[in-house]
Amino acid sequence: MDFSLSEDQLSFQASVRGLLERSCSLDVVRAVAAGDRGAAERVVRDLDALGVRGVMAPDAAGGLGLGLLDAVIIQEMIGRQCAPGDFSGAAIVIAGLSSFGGTSAARAWMTKVVSGEVRPGVALAERIGVRDGTGLRLEGGRLLGRSLFVADGDTATHVFIALPSGSLAIVDATAPGVSRVPLRTIDATRVFSEILFDGVPAEVLTGESLAGAAVNRMTAVARLLVAADALGAMQVMLERAVAYSLERKQFGRVIGSFQAVKHMCAEMAARLEPLRALIWHAAHAFDEGSEEADLLILLAKSHAAEVGVFIARTATEVHGGMGFTDLVGLHYWFKRIGVSRQLFGAPEAVRREAARLQGWVSS
Amino acid sequence: MDLRLSPEHQAFRAHVASLLEGHSHLSPTAADRGLKHPKRLAWQSFLLQEGLAARTVPAAYGGRGEAPDILKSRIISEEFARTGLAPPLAGQGISMLVPTLLELGTEEQRQAYIGPTLRGEMVWCQGYSEPGSGSDLASLTTRAVVDGDDYVINGQKIWTSTAMQADMIFCLVRTEPDAPAHQGISYLLFSMKTPGIEIRPLVDMTGTANFNEVFFTDVRVPRRQIVGKPGEGWKVANATLTHERGMLGDPSASRARLMRVAEIMQRETVDGRSLMEDPVFRDRLIALQARVFAMQANGLRVMSAQLKGESPGMAGLIIKLEGCELNHEIARLAIDAMGELGILYDDSPHLRDDGDWQQKYMYDLGLIIGGGTAQIQKNIISERGLGMPREPKSAKA
Repeated sequence: MDFSLSEDQLSFQASVRGLLERSCSLDVVRAVAAGDRGAAERVVRDLDALGVRGVMAPDAAGGLGLGLLDAVIIQEMIGRQCAPGDFSGAAIVIAGLSSFGGTSAARAWMTKVVSGEVRPGVALAERIGVRDGTGLRLEGGRLLGRSLFVADGDTATHVFIALPSGSLAIVDATAPGVSRVPLRTIDATRVFSEILFDGVPAEVLTGESLAGAAVNRMTAVARLLVAADALGAMQVMLERAVAYSLERKQFGRVIGSFQAVKHMCAEMAARLEPLRALIWHAAHAFDEGSEEADLLILLAKSHAAEVGVFIARTATEVHGGMGFTDLVGLHYWFKRIGVSRQLFGAPEAVRREAARLQGWVSS
Repeated sequence: MDLRLSPEHQAFRAHVASLLEGHSHLSPTAADRGLKHPKRLAWQSFLLQEGLAARTVPAAYGGRGEAPDILKSRIISEEFARTGLAPPLAGQGISMLVPTLLELGTEEQRQAYIGPTLRGEMVWCQGYSEPGSGSDLASLTTRAVVDGDDYVINGQKIWTSTAMQADMIFCLVRTEPDAPAHQGISYLLFSMKTPGIEIRPLVDMTGTANFNEVFFTDVRVPRRQIVGKPGEGWKVANATLTHERGMLGDPSASRARLMRVAEIMQRETVDGRSLMEDPVFRDRLIALQARVFAMQANGLRVMSAQLKGESPGMAGLIIKLEGCELNHEIARLAIDAMGELGILYDDSPHLRDDGDWQQKYMYDLGLIIGGGTAQIQKNIISERGLGMPREPKSAKA
């Protein structure tokens, strides 16, 4: 019985953290947010040098053969530095492709995703809920319609699409008939696109029941990784709030010596620690194939959204007026957390799924 | 990360399960009232004999002398919860005094008190808080003055649970009034039958006297009844406070409580429609479920650190604050879900669950305040966990 990260996991996490602290400073975050694609790609290249892109892929596909828990602790460091890139997109797609076992088509795609030859865009939003009349359909092997909030739509060579039937379709993002419209969210460190498909040839991975499982796995991994990203951002916001409170003086004392401020920080910590354990537990359950995994991931995703808004707001308040400015750059993390709350299902939608999963909704 | 039990612990669970299931007829029930009901004492003696109570207390003092094994302790408590049988006695004597005597008591004190306490024959109460000394416990003013071979005690304690039933008290008194607050306190053990002790039940907001006030007027206690040296009482008491903090906030109990609320929401109807069909209540239920699961995972993390002999750090510091608050909110959801029926109490017609939820909602507020208030917990978290400055100490009053 051991509920903790292994020595290997801790040292891997530390090396990802060390790399990103060098590679993705606040200046780099600012450049990325201002639209410097080169700056974003340099961070991606540095991360790829560690081989993280294939963390969840088997050795045979060139991956590290590790699990979702390992992906989670990497993603936490990515959120910690507000880093750009398609690490989570690759992990989501690899998790989906792995449901097809060793079938040659899925394995071939996986190998290319691991190597970075195929850069994935992930179109999952319509599986969670249709907004603004979006939606996709397949007619004679051709894809029609449009999808919102496709993650990493800018760097994608291919889009991996969850179809309403539960199948997984793959489309060449450079094919004629594909148009990408960049969306501007509050979080400019990550890129989301609307992608329109006008009768584009799509490869649908075979095995209907397997495909349903693939889309479910992709959704689960997407949700837990976005929760882990927010966790990293929350941790850094708490640390920065404490550090700022020990520098800033008012009334002749550091403000961190006032109980009002101490208690705000204590409340953040008290809500953050159990969330971290819940995310680990959910990842471990997924890796073990436990029947509790789906529920744990839904609870972790929705809980991260709630703790996230509390910490983003409270840590900003501890910074006083400075937190409101662009000078300290805290708002990048505030916005990262705000976007993670809504992505892949806002908390109310995710809790409704959790209720349905437990048989607590009749209709 | 590996949440499986080793073969040794799996075998231990099977052993405990068969022991309990094979002797379930001996377990006392709610009908067997009184701390010293013969059935309770017989059950405790069976549990002691089988090592299901006081496992790690040395055999010389009436325990089983097993090496500490947090996982085995957890398996035992899970099996009691699963079978619904009466758990081992766990009053303040067993949970706080026995560990203190094992650590700091004299051989004579251990021989005299540990055995009868473990067997349930000797019931203890705790004399710590005073009307003027709650969060600032070290300011306590109950005086003990040396007179020949005795201490003579005058003063008042409050929040003393089981004072009425207790044979003995472990009590903090001020013996060195001129020393700094923390260095002038001593830890005494004496009989609650000693002349000069008056007990007044303290009725609380639930309508029950869960606590008492205890008054001391010229109470004479032999000087050998001290644990540790005169003036060391604060250190001695802190050894036991650590034990008390570990007791509060059991995440598996929170999970059971939440599932009871889910049952209420499935069972209760408004306009013929199940409350579980109401998306507002359902959303609140799942939001609390997420917090319960998070606290359970946090508990696993704490236990894992303890198994490795590491400090659980922040994960441990937050348990009292978050755990008590969570239980309180679960009770509130149960009351809200029942709507007007949720306000019924005592023996009212239409009462649900014996009025348990209002009782819990109020009692849990007591738990949020007692054993270190939520605000004191936040001081501890920010100071010990986040490295923020301690409150400046005011000049000695």
